[in-house]
Amino acid sequence: MSQHGTDRVKRGMAEMQKGGVIMDVVNAEQARIAEAAGATAVMALERVPSDIRRDGGVARMADPRITEEVMKAVSIPVMAKARIGHIVEARILEAMGVDYIDESEVLTPADEEFHLLKNQYTVPFVCGCRNLGEAARRIGEGASMLRTKGEPGTGNIVEAVRHLRQVNAEVRKVIAMSEDELMTEARNLGASYEFLKEVKSLGRLPVVNFAAGGVATPADAALMMELGADGVFVGSGIFKSDNPERFARAIVEATTHYQDYKLIAELSKDLGIAMKGIEISTIAAGERMQERGW
Amino acid sequence: MKRVGVLALQGAVREHLQSIEACGAEAVSVKWPKDLESLDALILPGGESTAMRRLIDRYGLMEPLRDFAETGKPMFGTCAGLILLAETVVGEDQPHLGVMDVAVARNSFGRQVDSFEVPLEINGIEGAFEAVFIRAPHIVSAGPSTEVLCVHDGKIVMAKNGQFLGCSFHPELTEDHRITAYFLSMIPSKSDLLLPN
Repeated sequence: MSQHGTDRVKRGMAEMQKGGVIMDVVNAEQARIAEAAGATAVMALERVPSDIRRDGGVARMADPRITEEVMKAVSIPVMAKARIGHIVEARILEAMGVDYIDESEVLTPADEEFHLLKNQYTVPFVCGCRNLGEAARRIGEGASMLRTKGEPGTGNIVEAVRHLRQVNAEVRKVIAMSEDELMTEARNLGASYEFLKEVKSLGRLPVVNFAAGGVATPADAALMMELGADGVFVGSGIFKSDNPERFARAIVEATTHYQDYKLIAELSKDLGIAMKGIEISTIAAGERMQERGW
Repeated sequence: MKRVGVLALQGAVREHLQSIEACGAEAVSVKWPKDLESLDALILPGGESTAMRRLIDRYGLMEPLRDFAETGKPMFGTCAGLILLAETVVGEDQPHLGVMDVAVARNSFGRQVDSFEVPLEINGIEGAFEAVFIRAPHIVSAGPSTEVLCVHDGKIVMAKNGQFLGCSFHPELTEDHRITAYFLSMIPSKSDLLLPN
């Protein structure tokens, strides 16, 4: 009578990540550093977002060898990225036993119209969102966890802040609405009516929502927690910094104790140089990863 | 009113706090040693045990948690929390708190794609309980004083050892508060605690 891949099992796995930091890693050694620093999971990929941005070209699912090495190196959950709409990359990662798949705008989309139908898989998915409509559509397709898109690989927190504030403001608006206003709001957001009813009755999103896309310092991580994120993804911010081990530990501790400002001050002292950031207005509109997906 | 803490470093903290309140007790988040003062019982939630352990060490919580166990007050670990309580963790040289007389193996049902939910019969709980297993550990062996409360697939998944209660699965992921109520019933009533002058 035991059931695998139910919503409760898939969403529950994300609930266990709450208050934690999920770190991008490109090899087994980085994965071990992340685990020792207290990461709750690692994201295995071939290049971190800032390198993808620099190198250009098509970014695809990582070589399975890298993902496999990371899975062997650590006991914490291992996530991996598939291209938006790439059914076969997702099935490959599921067959390899990856614990969570990120259908990610960091990679070059395989399908510009359709996202994966994620409720067809046993493995759970996390997806990016910029607003409640995107969140609703991804959950409708079966995503079990959300993250803000931010602007990956920039080390600039401004887009992650914008997206988290937007989602949370829209959630608060739905909660405050009377029930007879929900259908119109559903049409305006491109969300299902049933989804908005669920948000209203729960008083929150039905799945965990992490922050991602621009976290570069312990203070950035704490800021996202302050704004209501359930946890934090750090992409390029750790292994593109001067001292990855110290940055990793400091970001984990700042996430746990995000309102303890004296502590965050201590954590942030003499950390060395954070990853070099990019001002968003210097990125051509067509190169903004957040515009991928809908 | 009973005051019950939840170790709030990471993981399914909110769900346990809500379950405690649903059972009519006061729920307290525990991040620092001082938060353990005046608690009647403590829950160690599901999450990632390696991440929690690092934060326990970093913020000087290990001795206060062991001291809390010394007082004899009830402690309940779910999934990662069970791993933190166990006297032995298979494949690791040292336990974490090492206070509950059981040996635990991590990730013993496989990876996330093998995670599952199943209704289980539990000693001391009337009727089936929907148990959610996520990359769950299990109890490999238990000391003679340990009461096995539930076995699934030939593996011990819930046990009680004196003041300690542990389970492999996540009661906090359901709306069913019977296991929390069972744990709260392990708190001695005030009259039991009156000491002779």
